[in-house]
Amino acid sequence: METNVTIRSQSELAEAVLRESGQNVNLCYQCRKCAAGCPISYAMDYKPAQLIHAIRLGMDDLVINSKTMWLCASCETCTTRCPQDVDVAKVMDAVKIVALRKGIKPAVPEVASFYKAALANIKKCGRMFEVGMIIGLKLRTFDFFKDMVLGAKMFMKGKLKVIPSLTGARRTWRIFRRVKSLEEKRRNT
Amino acid sequence: MTAKYAYYPGCSLHSTGSEYDISFRVVCEKLGIDIEEIKGWVCCGTSPAHCTSRLLSLALPYENLCKADKMGMTDVIAPCAACFARLKTAIYEASEDPDMAGQISEVLECELPKSMNVLNPMEIFCNEENLGEKVTRQMPELKVACYYGCLITRPSKVMQFDECEYPMAMDELLRSMGITTLDWSYKTECCGGALAMSRTDVVIKLTHDILEDAKAVGANAIAVACPLCHVNLDTRQEEVEQEYGVQYGLPIFYFTQLMGLALGVPSDKLGLQKHFVSADELLSGVVKE
Repeated sequence: METNVTIRSQSELAEAVLRESGQNVNLCYQCRKCAAGCPISYAMDYKPAQLIHAIRLGMDDLVINSKTMWLCASCETCTTRCPQDVDVAKVMDAVKIVALRKGIKPAVPEVASFYKAALANIKKCGRMFEVGMIIGLKLRTFDFFKDMVLGAKMFMKGKLKVIPSLTGARRTWRIFRRVKSLEEKRRNT
Repeated sequence: MTAKYAYYPGCSLHSTGSEYDISFRVVCEKLGIDIEEIKGWVCCGTSPAHCTSRLLSLALPYENLCKADKMGMTDVIAPCAACFARLKTAIYEASEDPDMAGQISEVLECELPKSMNVLNPMEIFCNEENLGEKVTRQMPELKVACYYGCLITRPSKVMQFDECEYPMAMDELLRSMGITTLDWSYKTECCGGALAMSRTDVVIKLTHDILEDAKAVGANAIAVACPLCHVNLDTRQEEVEQEYGVQYGLPIFYFTQLMGLALGVPSDKLGLQKHFVSADELLSGVVKE
Protein backbone atom coordinates (compact mmCIF):
# COMPACT_ATOMS: atom_id res chain seq x y z
CA MET A 1 0.00 0.00 0.00
CA GLU A 2 1.28 3.38 -0.93
CA THR A 3 1.97 5.69 1.98
CA ASN A 4 0.42 9.05 1.82
CA VAL A 5 3.32 11.46 1.92
CA THR A 6 2.38 14.97 2.83
CA ILE A 7 4.86 17.76 2.57
CA ARG A 8 3.96 20.58 4.89
CA SER A 9 4.90 23.90 3.41
CA GLN A 10 4.44 25.68 6.70
CA SER A 11 5.52 24.47 10.13
CA GLU A 12 2.96 24.65 12.91
CA LEU A 13 5.16 27.14 14.71
CA ALA A 14 5.35 29.36 11.63
CA GLU A 15 1.57 29.12 11.45
CA ALA A 16 1.27 30.19 15.09
CA VAL A 17 3.63 33.12 14.50
CA LEU A 18 1.54 34.17 11.51
CA ARG A 19 -1.62 34.02 13.62
CA GLU A 20 -0.17 36.05 16.48
CA SER A 21 1.68 38.67 14.47
CA GLY A 22 0.52 38.55 10.86
CA GLN A 23 4.15 37.92 9.88
CA ASN A 24 5.15 35.32 7.29
CA VAL A 25 8.62 34.05 8.22
CA ASN A 26 8.84 32.11 4.96
CA LEU A 27 9.63 35.37 3.20
CA CYS A 28 13.03 35.38 4.91
CA TYR A 29 15.96 34.59 2.57
CA GLN A 30 18.60 34.69 5.30
CA CYS A 31 20.42 37.87 4.32
CA ARG A 32 21.06 38.33 8.09
CA LYS A 33 20.69 42.07 8.08
CA CYS A 34 18.59 41.64 11.23
CA ALA A 35 21.42 39.81 12.97
CA ALA A 36 24.03 42.31 11.79
CA GLY A 37 22.11 45.34 13.02
CA CYS A 38 20.83 43.88 16.28
CA PRO A 39 22.53 45.69 19.20
CA ILE A 40 21.91 42.75 21.52
CA SER A 41 22.73 39.82 19.23
CA TYR A 42 26.07 39.48 21.08
CA ALA A 43 24.17 38.24 24.14
CA MET A 44 21.72 35.97 22.28
CA ASP A 45 22.14 32.22 21.92
CA TYR A 46 20.65 32.31 18.40
CA LYS A 47 20.82 35.37 16.16
CA PRO A 48 17.45 36.71 14.98
CA ALA A 49 17.95 35.24 11.48
CA GLN A 50 18.77 31.84 12.99
CA LEU A 51 15.65 31.93 15.15
CA ILE A 52 13.55 32.76 12.09
CA HIS A 53 15.09 29.83 10.24
CA ALA A 54 14.35 27.51 13.17
CA ILE A 55 10.73 28.68 13.15
CA ARG A 56 10.49 27.79 9.45
CA LEU A 57 11.93 24.36 10.14
CA GLY A 58 9.45 23.81 12.97
CA MET A 59 12.15 23.38 15.61
CA ASP A 60 9.74 24.21 18.42
CA ASP A 61 11.91 23.18 21.37
CA LEU A 62 14.90 25.16 20.21
CA VAL A 63 12.82 28.25 19.52
CA ILE A 64 10.69 28.45 22.65
CA ASN A 65 13.62 27.63 24.93
CA SER A 66 15.86 30.22 23.30
CA LYS A 67 17.05 33.38 25.05
CA THR A 68 16.82 35.42 21.85
CA MET A 69 13.28 36.78 22.02
CA TRP A 70 13.54 37.56 25.73
CA LEU A 71 16.66 39.65 25.19
CA CYS A 72 15.07 41.56 22.30
CA ALA A 73 14.68 45.20 23.40
CA SER A 74 12.16 45.96 20.61
CA CYS A 75 14.47 48.60 19.15
CA GLU A 76 12.96 47.82 15.71
CA THR A 77 16.28 48.01 13.82
CA CYS A 78 15.70 44.56 12.29
CA THR A 79 12.13 45.44 11.32
CA THR A 80 13.25 48.67 9.67
CA ARG A 81 16.06 47.06 7.68
CA CYS A 82 14.49 43.77 6.54
CA PRO A 83 14.50 43.79 2.71
CA GLN A 84 11.59 41.33 2.71
CA ASP A 85 9.51 43.53 4.99
CA VAL A 86 9.31 40.89 7.71
CA ASP A 87 8.55 42.64 10.99
CA VAL A 88 11.20 40.71 12.92
CA ALA A 89 10.50 42.48 16.24
CA LYS A 90 6.88 41.41 15.93
CA VAL A 91 7.99 37.84 15.27
CA MET A 92 9.95 38.03 18.55
CA ASP A 93 6.78 39.20 20.32
CA ALA A 94 4.79 36.34 18.75
CA VAL A 95 7.34 33.74 19.86
CA LYS A 96 7.18 35.08 23.41
CA ILE A 97 3.40 34.91 23.37
CA VAL A 98 3.50 31.32 22.05
CA ALA A 99 6.12 30.32 24.63
CA LEU A 100 4.19 31.83 27.52
CA ARG A 101 0.99 30.13 26.38
CA LYS A 102 2.74 26.77 26.29
CA GLY A 103 3.70 27.39 29.90
CA ILE A 104 7.44 26.90 29.41
CA LYS A 105 9.95 28.42 31.79
CA PRO A 106 11.42 31.44 29.96
CA ALA A 107 15.16 31.13 29.27
CA VAL A 108 15.68 34.66 30.65
CA PRO A 109 13.19 34.50 33.54
CA GLU A 110 13.88 38.00 34.88
CA VAL A 111 12.59 39.57 31.65
CA ALA A 112 9.32 37.63 31.83
CA SER A 113 9.05 38.59 35.51
CA PHE A 114 9.43 42.24 34.55
CA TYR A 115 6.60 41.98 31.99
CA LYS A 116 4.34 40.33 34.53
CA ALA A 117 5.13 42.83 37.27
CA ALA A 118 4.63 45.79 34.92
CA LEU A 119 1.33 44.52 33.52
CA ALA A 120 -0.08 43.68 36.96
CA ASN A 121 0.85 47.20 37.97
CA ILE A 122 -0.78 48.90 34.98
CA LYS A 123 -3.91 46.81 35.39
CA LYS A 124 -4.31 47.72 39.06
CA CYS A 125 -3.11 51.34 38.98
CA GLY A 126 -4.18 52.58 35.55
CA ARG A 127 -0.81 54.23 35.17
CA MET A 128 2.58 52.73 35.90
CA PHE A 129 3.38 53.14 39.60
CA GLU A 130 7.13 52.51 39.57
CA VAL A 131 7.65 51.83 43.28
CA GLY A 132 4.83 49.27 43.29
CA MET A 133 6.17 47.70 40.10
CA ILE A 134 9.69 47.42 41.52
CA ILE A 135 8.37 45.75 44.68
CA GLY A 136 6.32 43.36 42.50
CA LEU A 137 9.42 42.57 40.43
CA LYS A 138 11.55 41.90 43.50
CA LEU A 139 8.94 39.54 44.92
CA ARG A 140 9.14 37.62 41.65
CA THR A 141 12.92 37.57 41.23
CA PHE A 142 13.96 37.46 44.93
CA ASP A 143 16.75 39.89 44.00
CA PHE A 144 16.02 42.39 46.75
CA PHE A 145 19.24 44.39 46.71
CA LYS A 146 19.52 45.12 42.98
CA ASP A 147 19.45 48.87 42.25
CA MET A 148 18.55 49.78 45.83
CA VAL A 149 21.05 52.67 45.95
CA LEU A 150 19.91 53.90 42.53
CA GLY A 151 16.26 53.72 43.61
CA ALA A 152 16.96 55.64 46.81
CA LYS A 153 18.81 58.34 44.87
CA MET A 154 15.96 58.63 42.36
CA PHE A 155 13.53 58.98 45.26
CA MET A 156 15.64 61.77 46.77
CA LYS A 157 15.60 63.58 43.43
CA GLY A 158 11.81 63.41 43.39
CA LYS A 159 11.74 61.01 40.44
CA LEU A 160 9.66 58.32 42.14
CA LYS A 161 6.19 58.71 43.56
CA VAL A 162 5.22 57.04 46.82
CA ILE A 163 1.49 57.01 46.22
CA PRO A 164 -0.10 55.66 43.03
CA SER A 165 -2.50 57.99 41.22
CA LEU A 166 -5.08 55.24 40.51
CA THR A 167 -6.57 57.47 37.79
CA GLY A 168 -8.13 55.20 35.22
CA ALA A 169 -7.53 52.07 37.30
CA ARG A 170 -11.13 50.90 36.97
CA ARG A 171 -10.92 51.38 33.24
CA THR A 172 -7.63 49.46 32.78
CA TRP A 173 -8.97 46.66 34.97
CA ARG A 174 -11.94 46.36 32.63
CA ILE A 175 -9.81 46.58 29.45
CA PHE A 176 -7.46 43.82 30.67
CA ARG A 177 -10.43 41.58 31.51
CA ARG A 178 -12.17 42.17 28.19
CA VAL A 179 -8.95 41.57 26.21
CA LYS A 180 -8.44 38.25 27.99
CA SER A 181 -11.98 37.03 27.41
CA LEU A 182 -12.02 38.12 23.76
CA GLU A 183 -8.70 36.40 23.10
CA GLU A 184 -9.94 33.20 24.73
CA LYS A 185 -13.19 33.31 22.79
CA ARG A 186 -11.36 33.72 19.48
CA ARG A 187 -8.88 30.93 20.24
CA ASN A 188 -11.72 28.52 20.93
CA THR A 189 -13.65 29.21 17.74
CA MET B 1 -1.32 82.04 16.16
CA THR B 2 -2.10 79.39 18.72
CA ALA B 3 -3.16 75.86 18.13
CA LYS B 4 -4.79 73.54 20.56
CA TYR B 5 -3.23 70.15 21.16
CA ALA B 6 -4.17 67.26 23.41
CA TYR B 7 -1.21 66.40 25.62
CA TYR B 8 -0.51 62.77 26.51
CA PRO B 9 2.34 62.83 29.07
CA GLY B 10 2.45 59.09 29.79
CA CYS B 11 3.60 57.49 33.03
CA SER B 12 7.31 58.37 32.86
CA LEU B 13 6.70 62.10 32.48
CA HIS B 14 4.80 61.99 35.75
CA SER B 15 7.65 60.23 37.57
CA THR B 16 11.15 59.29 36.41
CA GLY B 17 11.08 61.81 33.57
CA SER B 18 9.21 64.62 35.30
CA GLU B 19 11.74 67.19 34.12
CA TYR B 20 10.73 66.41 30.53
CA ASP B 21 7.14 67.28 31.48
CA ILE B 22 8.19 70.46 33.30
CA SER B 23 10.45 71.70 30.50
CA PHE B 24 8.00 70.76 27.73
CA ARG B 25 5.24 72.75 29.42
CA VAL B 26 7.52 75.76 29.99
CA VAL B 27 8.63 75.81 26.34
CA CYS B 28 5.02 75.55 25.14
CA GLU B 29 4.09 78.44 27.40
CA LYS B 30 7.01 80.52 26.17
CA LEU B 31 6.09 79.89 22.54
CA GLY B 32 2.36 80.37 23.13
CA ILE B 33 1.45 76.82 22.16
CA ASP B 34 -1.85 75.84 23.72
CA ILE B 35 -1.87 72.32 25.19
CA GLU B 36 -4.39 70.47 27.33
CA GLU B 37 -3.66 67.23 29.17
CA ILE B 38 -5.95 64.32 28.27
CA LYS B 39 -8.25 63.79 31.22
CA GLY B 40 -8.05 60.38 32.88
CA TRP B 41 -5.37 59.05 30.52
CA VAL B 42 -4.02 55.55 31.20
CA CYS B 43 -0.70 53.82 30.51
CA CYS B 44 -0.02 53.00 26.84
CA GLY B 45 1.09 49.49 27.85
CA THR B 46 4.61 49.98 26.46
CA SER B 47 6.85 46.90 25.86
CA PRO B 48 5.28 44.57 28.45
CA ALA B 49 1.95 44.83 26.63
CA HIS B 50 3.13 44.20 23.06
CA CYS B 51 5.39 41.38 24.22
CA THR B 52 2.45 39.50 25.72
CA SER B 53 -0.73 40.49 23.88
CA ARG B 54 -1.11 42.29 20.58
CA LEU B 55 -4.72 43.21 21.29
CA LEU B 56 -3.91 44.68 24.71
CA SER B 57 -0.99 46.65 23.25
CA LEU B 58 -3.33 48.33 20.77
CA ALA B 59 -6.38 48.73 23.02
CA LEU B 60 -4.55 50.71 25.72
CA PRO B 61 -3.26 53.43 23.34
CA TYR B 62 -6.67 53.63 21.68
CA GLU B 63 -8.30 54.18 25.05
CA ASN B 64 -6.29 57.42 25.25
CA LEU B 65 -7.04 58.41 21.67
CA CYS B 66 -10.76 57.90 22.42
CA LYS B 67 -10.42 60.17 25.45
CA ALA B 68 -8.73 62.89 23.37
CA ASP B 69 -11.45 62.50 20.75
CA LYS B 70 -14.12 62.99 23.42
CA MET B 71 -12.42 66.26 24.37
CA GLY B 72 -12.90 67.30 20.76
CA MET B 73 -9.25 67.14 19.78
CA THR B 74 -7.57 65.30 16.92
CA ASP B 75 -3.91 66.30 17.42
CA VAL B 76 -2.23 64.47 20.28
CA ILE B 77 1.28 65.37 21.44
CA ALA B 78 3.24 62.51 23.00
CA PRO B 79 6.73 63.63 24.11
CA CYS B 80 7.76 60.18 25.42
CA ALA B 81 9.26 58.20 22.55
CA ALA B 82 7.70 54.92 23.71
CA CYS B 83 4.21 56.43 24.08
CA PHE B 84 4.64 58.19 20.73
CA ALA B 85 5.50 54.85 19.10
CA ARG B 86 2.69 52.90 20.75
CA LEU B 87 0.04 55.50 19.86
CA LYS B 88 1.22 55.64 16.25
CA THR B 89 1.47 51.86 16.03
CA ALA B 90 -2.10 51.49 17.27
CA ILE B 91 -3.40 53.83 14.57
CA TYR B 92 -1.27 52.14 11.89
CA GLU B 93 -2.30 48.60 12.78
CA ALA B 94 -5.98 49.41 13.13
CA SER B 95 -5.95 50.96 9.68
CA GLU B 96 -4.02 48.04 8.14
CA ASP B 97 -6.07 45.32 9.82
CA PRO B 98 -9.84 45.97 9.98
CA ASP B 99 -10.42 42.75 11.94
CA MET B 100 -8.03 43.97 14.64
CA ALA B 101 -9.73 47.39 14.60
CA GLY B 102 -13.03 45.58 15.25
CA GLN B 103 -11.53 43.72 18.20
CA ILE B 104 -10.11 46.92 19.73
CA SER B 105 -13.48 48.58 19.35
CA GLU B 106 -15.18 45.59 21.01
CA VAL B 107 -12.76 45.69 23.95
CA LEU B 108 -13.19 49.43 24.47
CA GLU B 109 -16.96 49.30 23.87
CA CYS B 110 -16.91 52.29 21.56
CA GLU B 111 -16.31 53.36 17.98
CA LEU B 112 -12.67 54.06 17.22
CA PRO B 113 -12.03 57.71 16.41
CA LYS B 114 -10.96 58.41 12.84
CA SER B 115 -8.36 60.93 11.70
CA MET B 116 -6.42 61.09 14.96
CA ASN B 117 -2.97 62.55 14.52
CA VAL B 118 -0.12 61.77 16.94
CA LEU B 119 2.78 64.19 17.09
CA ASN B 120 6.19 64.43 18.67
CA PRO B 121 6.94 67.86 20.20
CA MET B 122 9.76 68.31 17.67
CA GLU B 123 7.20 68.30 14.87
CA ILE B 124 5.38 71.20 16.50
CA PHE B 125 8.36 73.26 17.56
CA CYS B 126 10.01 73.09 14.15
CA ASN B 127 6.90 74.75 12.69
CA GLU B 128 7.45 77.78 14.88
CA GLU B 129 8.40 80.76 12.81
CA ASN B 130 11.38 82.88 13.75
CA LEU B 131 12.42 80.65 16.61
CA GLY B 132 15.91 82.12 16.43
CA GLU B 133 14.59 85.59 17.20
CA LYS B 134 13.10 84.40 20.48
CA VAL B 135 16.46 83.22 21.76
CA THR B 136 17.66 85.39 24.64
CA ARG B 137 20.55 83.30 25.89
CA GLN B 138 23.55 82.30 23.81
CA MET B 139 25.37 79.09 24.68
CA PRO B 140 28.26 79.08 22.20
CA GLU B 141 30.45 76.58 24.01
CA LEU B 142 27.81 73.91 24.24
CA LYS B 143 28.56 70.98 21.93
CA VAL B 144 25.55 68.72 21.87
CA ALA B 145 25.20 65.19 20.52
CA CYS B 146 21.50 64.72 19.69
CA TYR B 147 20.45 61.22 20.65
CA TYR B 148 17.16 60.08 19.09
CA GLY B 149 17.15 56.47 20.28
CA CYS B 150 14.98 53.81 18.68
CA LEU B 151 11.32 54.52 18.72
CA ILE B 152 10.97 58.04 17.38
CA THR B 153 12.04 56.95 13.90
CA ARG B 154 11.53 53.17 13.87
CA PRO B 155 9.89 51.32 12.25
CA SER B 156 9.89 53.99 9.55
CA LYS B 157 6.71 52.83 7.79
CA VAL B 158 4.79 53.35 11.03
CA MET B 159 6.55 56.35 12.51
CA GLN B 160 7.01 58.40 9.31
CA PHE B 161 9.38 60.62 11.21
CA ASP B 162 12.43 62.05 9.49
CA GLU B 163 15.18 59.88 7.98
CA CYS B 164 15.13 56.72 10.09
CA GLU B 165 18.86 55.91 10.04
CA TYR B 166 20.17 59.46 10.41
CA PRO B 167 17.50 61.88 11.61
CA MET B 168 18.23 65.62 11.79
CA ALA B 169 14.99 67.06 13.24
CA MET B 170 16.36 67.65 16.74
CA ASP B 171 19.69 68.91 15.38
CA GLU B 172 17.96 71.41 13.12
CA LEU B 173 15.65 72.56 15.90
CA LEU B 174 18.52 73.20 18.31
CA ARG B 175 20.72 74.71 15.60
CA SER B 176 17.93 77.14 14.72
CA MET B 177 18.24 78.33 18.32
CA GLY B 178 21.97 78.85 18.05
CA ILE B 179 23.03 75.64 19.80
CA THR B 180 25.87 73.68 18.23
CA THR B 181 25.05 70.03 17.53
CA LEU B 182 27.51 67.42 16.30
CA ASP B 183 27.53 64.66 13.72
CA TRP B 184 28.04 61.28 15.33
CA SER B 185 27.37 57.60 14.74
CA TYR B 186 25.13 56.57 17.63
CA LYS B 187 22.11 58.82 17.05
CA THR B 188 19.65 55.99 16.66
CA GLU B 189 21.46 53.14 18.41
CA CYS B 190 19.51 51.36 21.15
CA CYS B 191 20.28 52.04 24.83
CA GLY B 192 18.67 48.77 25.89
CA GLY B 193 15.46 50.43 27.02
CA ALA B 194 13.41 48.50 29.52
CA LEU B 195 16.06 45.77 29.86
CA ALA B 196 17.54 48.10 32.52
CA MET B 197 15.19 46.56 35.05
CA SER B 198 15.96 42.95 34.20
CA ARG B 199 19.27 42.70 32.31
CA THR B 200 21.23 45.71 33.51
CA ASP B 201 24.45 44.24 32.08
CA VAL B 202 23.14 44.68 28.53
CA VAL B 203 22.10 48.28 29.19
CA ILE B 204 25.49 49.11 30.72
CA LYS B 205 27.26 47.86 27.59
CA LEU B 206 24.98 49.66 25.11
CA THR B 207 24.98 52.86 27.15
CA HIS B 208 28.78 52.75 27.33
CA ASP B 209 29.03 52.53 23.53
CA ILE B 210 26.76 55.56 23.14
CA LEU B 211 28.58 57.69 25.73
CA GLU B 212 31.94 56.65 24.29
CA ASP B 213 31.05 57.81 20.77
CA ALA B 214 29.56 61.09 22.02
CA LYS B 215 32.75 61.78 23.93
CA ALA B 216 34.90 60.77 20.95
CA VAL B 217 33.36 63.41 18.68
CA GLY B 218 33.90 66.06 21.35
CA ALA B 219 30.41 66.44 22.79
CA ASN B 220 30.07 68.02 26.21
CA ALA B 221 26.37 67.22 26.51
CA ILE B 222 23.80 64.83 25.06
CA ALA B 223 20.23 65.83 24.20
CA VAL B 224 17.50 63.18 24.38
CA ALA B 225 13.78 62.96 23.64
CA CYS B 226 12.89 59.84 25.59
CA PRO B 227 12.57 59.33 29.36
CA LEU B 228 13.89 55.77 29.14
CA CYS B 229 17.00 56.90 27.24
CA HIS B 230 17.47 59.59 29.87
CA VAL B 231 17.29 57.14 32.78
CA ASN B 232 19.81 54.84 31.14
CA LEU B 233 22.27 57.55 30.06
CA ASP B 234 21.98 59.78 33.12
CA THR B 235 21.19 57.69 36.18
CA ARG B 236 23.31 54.73 35.04
CA GLN B 237 26.28 56.80 33.83
CA GLU B 238 28.13 56.34 37.12
CA GLU B 239 27.68 52.55 36.89
CA VAL B 240 29.08 52.62 33.34
CA GLU B 241 32.06 54.66 34.51
CA GLN B 242 32.78 52.18 37.30
CA GLU B 243 32.30 49.12 35.07
CA TYR B 244 34.62 50.40 32.33
CA GLY B 245 37.01 52.47 34.44
CA VAL B 246 36.33 55.66 32.51
CA GLN B 247 35.21 59.17 33.32
CA TYR B 248 32.53 60.86 31.20
CA GLY B 249 30.65 63.36 33.38
CA LEU B 250 28.41 64.06 30.39
CA PRO B 251 25.22 65.91 31.37
CA ILE B 252 22.14 64.47 29.65
CA PHE B 253 19.48 67.06 28.77
CA TYR B 254 16.00 66.67 27.42
CA PHE B 255 16.01 68.74 24.23
CA THR B 256 13.17 70.79 25.74
CA GLN B 257 15.46 71.77 28.61
CA LEU B 258 18.02 73.14 26.13
CA MET B 259 15.25 74.99 24.30
CA GLY B 260 14.09 76.44 27.63
CA LEU B 261 17.61 77.59 28.46
CA ALA B 262 17.96 79.25 25.06
CA LEU B 263 14.60 80.98 25.57
CA GLY B 264 15.92 82.45 28.81
CA VAL B 265 14.02 80.27 31.29
CA PRO B 266 15.85 80.08 34.66
CA SER B 267 17.54 76.67 35.05
CA ASP B 268 15.64 75.87 38.27
CA LYS B 269 12.36 76.08 36.29
CA LEU B 270 13.55 73.34 33.93
CA GLY B 271 14.10 70.54 36.42
CA LEU B 272 17.88 70.48 35.87
CA GLN B 273 18.42 69.74 39.57
CA LYS B 274 16.81 66.32 39.05
CA HIS B 275 19.68 65.07 36.91
CA PHE B 276 22.20 62.65 38.38
CA VAL B 277 25.04 64.03 36.28
CA SER B 278 25.10 67.70 37.24
CA ALA B 279 25.08 70.29 34.49
CA ASP B 280 26.05 73.12 36.84
CA GLU B 281 29.70 73.22 35.90
CA LEU B 282 29.01 73.04 32.18
CA LEU B 283 26.36 75.73 32.33
CA SER B 284 28.37 78.06 34.55
CA GLY B 285 30.98 78.11 31.81
CA VAL B 286 28.73 78.41 28.79
CA VAL B 287 25.56 80.23 29.79
CA LYS B 288 26.19 83.85 28.99
CA GLU B 289 23.30 85.91 30.28
